[in-house]
Amino acid sequence: MTGNPDLCQPDCSVFLDAEGHALRALPDFAQGSEALVALYSMMVKTRTFDAKAIALQRTGRLGTYASSLGQEAISVGVASAMSEADVFLPSFREHGGQLWRGVTMEELLLYWGGDERGNDFAGPRQDFPVCVPVASQFPHAAGVALALAHQGAGGVAVAMGGDGATSKGDFYEALNLIGAWKLPAVFVINNNQWAISMPRAEQTRAETLAQKAVAAGLPDEVVDGNDVIAVREATMRALDRARAGQGGTLIECLSYRLSDHTTADDASRYREDDEVSRHWKAEPLARLRAHLVAEHAWSKEDEENLLRDSRAETEAAAERYLAMPPQPARAMFDHLYAKAPPDIAALAKEMGDD
Amino acid sequence: MTDLTMIDAICMALSRALEDDPDVIIFGEDVGIDGGVFRATDGLMQRFGATRVRDTPLAETVIAGMAVGAAAQGLRPVAEIQFMGFLYSAIDQLANHAARLRNRTRGRLTCPMVLRAPYGGGVKAPEHHSESMEAMLAHIPGLRVVVPSSPARAYGLLLAAIRDPDPVVFLEPKRLYRALKEPVHDDGVALPLDRAQVVRPGDDLTIVAWGAMVADAGKAADALAERGISVELIDLSSLKPIDRATIRASVQKTGRCIIVHEAPLTAGLGAEIAADLAEHCLTSLLAPVIRVTGYDTVMPYARLEDRYMPDAARIQASAQQVMEFA
Repeated sequence: MTGNPDLCQPDCSVFLDAEGHALRALPDFAQGSEALVALYSMMVKTRTFDAKAIALQRTGRLGTYASSLGQEAISVGVASAMSEADVFLPSFREHGGQLWRGVTMEELLLYWGGDERGNDFAGPRQDFPVCVPVASQFPHAAGVALALAHQGAGGVAVAMGGDGATSKGDFYEALNLIGAWKLPAVFVINNNQWAISMPRAEQTRAETLAQKAVAAGLPDEVVDGNDVIAVREATMRALDRARAGQGGTLIECLSYRLSDHTTADDASRYREDDEVSRHWKAEPLARLRAHLVAEHAWSKEDEENLLRDSRAETEAAAERYLAMPPQPARAMFDHLYAKAPPDIAALAKEMGDD
Repeated sequence: MTDLTMIDAICMALSRALEDDPDVIIFGEDVGIDGGVFRATDGLMQRFGATRVRDTPLAETVIAGMAVGAAAQGLRPVAEIQFMGFLYSAIDQLANHAARLRNRTRGRLTCPMVLRAPYGGGVKAPEHHSESMEAMLAHIPGLRVVVPSSPARAYGLLLAAIRDPDPVVFLEPKRLYRALKEPVHDDGVALPLDRAQVVRPGDDLTIVAWGAMVADAGKAADALAERGISVELIDLSSLKPIDRATIRASVQKTGRCIIVHEAPLTAGLGAEIAADLAEHCLTSLLAPVIRVTGYDTVMPYARLEDRYMPDAARIQASAQQVMEFA
């Protein structure tokens, strides 16, 4: 039995099934409830943030937004395994992981609201901002890993992308390079079964996306992406390997995109509601909650407190975001170069302060 | 001080940069044991080790993208694309990432990388090995595009490019790699990156050129001088940003201008310079600004290459036309 009968293959790593039952002995970090409560709390916070972001977009107060609904366990699990000094290179659906790493909700809203200052987050300063051109973050991760290896402090570059990204040349080139050079990098694929309207089955004839690592000589792993324990455990092993000088790993996390691609998309044009409903039964939050409740580590009161706190935090962040005046128009020329060339300086001056 | 070819001057600048700054690393196809297909990195792997001078798999996108990641994380990568015709695969990384990383993170992450590539025609190379696509790169905000025209210029400009805090595409006119020698002093002194160089002063006609075209324009200027026409020759050097002030000042003095480039005419960089002069120097102009360029066609194969490339004769003919206008 697996966590997500629709998706999981026989060799897919999973600890909790969709009802929250442990299918095998849990890893050390999941023995007590503390770590699991922290993971659960961040996933709930991420989902609360998602809902608020969509509400803001629907009311004209945020730009196009990519929801992570149903895939919260992936980036939260990945980020929770990372060290502070590692470098995270997300695509555009890793809000939970970014929040775990210390990016604030206000900064995320600024970014999605069309303000570059959202990428100038207070921490973690070395992490990359969201990457929109699909798969182009994987070559960056190779370069970051090269620099980290050069610095010799044991840092690892962790890049994430979607199922569609695995069809791009950038992904193959970077995967091949981290293999050839044995660089400390972990590539994680959020296989949410849809690349806008392109289903997984049409994306590639490959049996798994992870197996693309085989050609690059890297270990490949498939995990149930709706089981945060499995995601974190696989990422920890990959990070350990990288830190030990054994090179990179490709991890494919099986999940399902319960939302539209973005707020600009209408998924009812290309997929059946039945399919979506079926996948709601395997979503990641309910399963971890069920496990915590069964372990007497989570009460109704805990749940109510968490929801209340998450909403309060999200609302407060949204208030701050909405109250923040836009940058002056001349800011579009700021930071174009370390020192503005004369034409750029003149343009900025002409634009003035309003 | 030794007389060096441009390729040797480039190698000397790379060597100096590796020596001066432990964060400088070089990677690209065949840059290691082979020393680069043109020998720009000859002996560097042997001297600085394979972790600092490293052969990459044959993959231009990851070469450019890896430079972005490494630069953002504090290294000073100097990556090589073997020929400019293969740089198209790197444009996504240059335009979407290298050129805008500083701006989109409000200065939090920066991209002090150099992407070197031999460019241009004139050496009878195979198909896809002779392109001049500098205008495409010069159109990208946030990037610097630099082209040297002599061994000494190559040494000083490459050092400047490597030390610059922003991404620089450094285009090396491969026709000049071994065409001439000049004294180059390994003094570690960088040239200014954003200034055009007045190669020879003159009064009657300004010629703006870059790369290998500077030499052709120089020959034309010699011939024109014999006929009493005094040419002010400007080596643009930095194609992005353009040193507009130097060009305008020259044209305000001469009243005439010819722009020479190997790349095709339409939407080439000559158009930008001509437009700038129309906007800012109209009252000084005595004649139309003329562009002497490659033709609006695919770069021909080796046998017709000479017929495509602008040369001293074509520059002289255009100069005559400009001088006769007024």
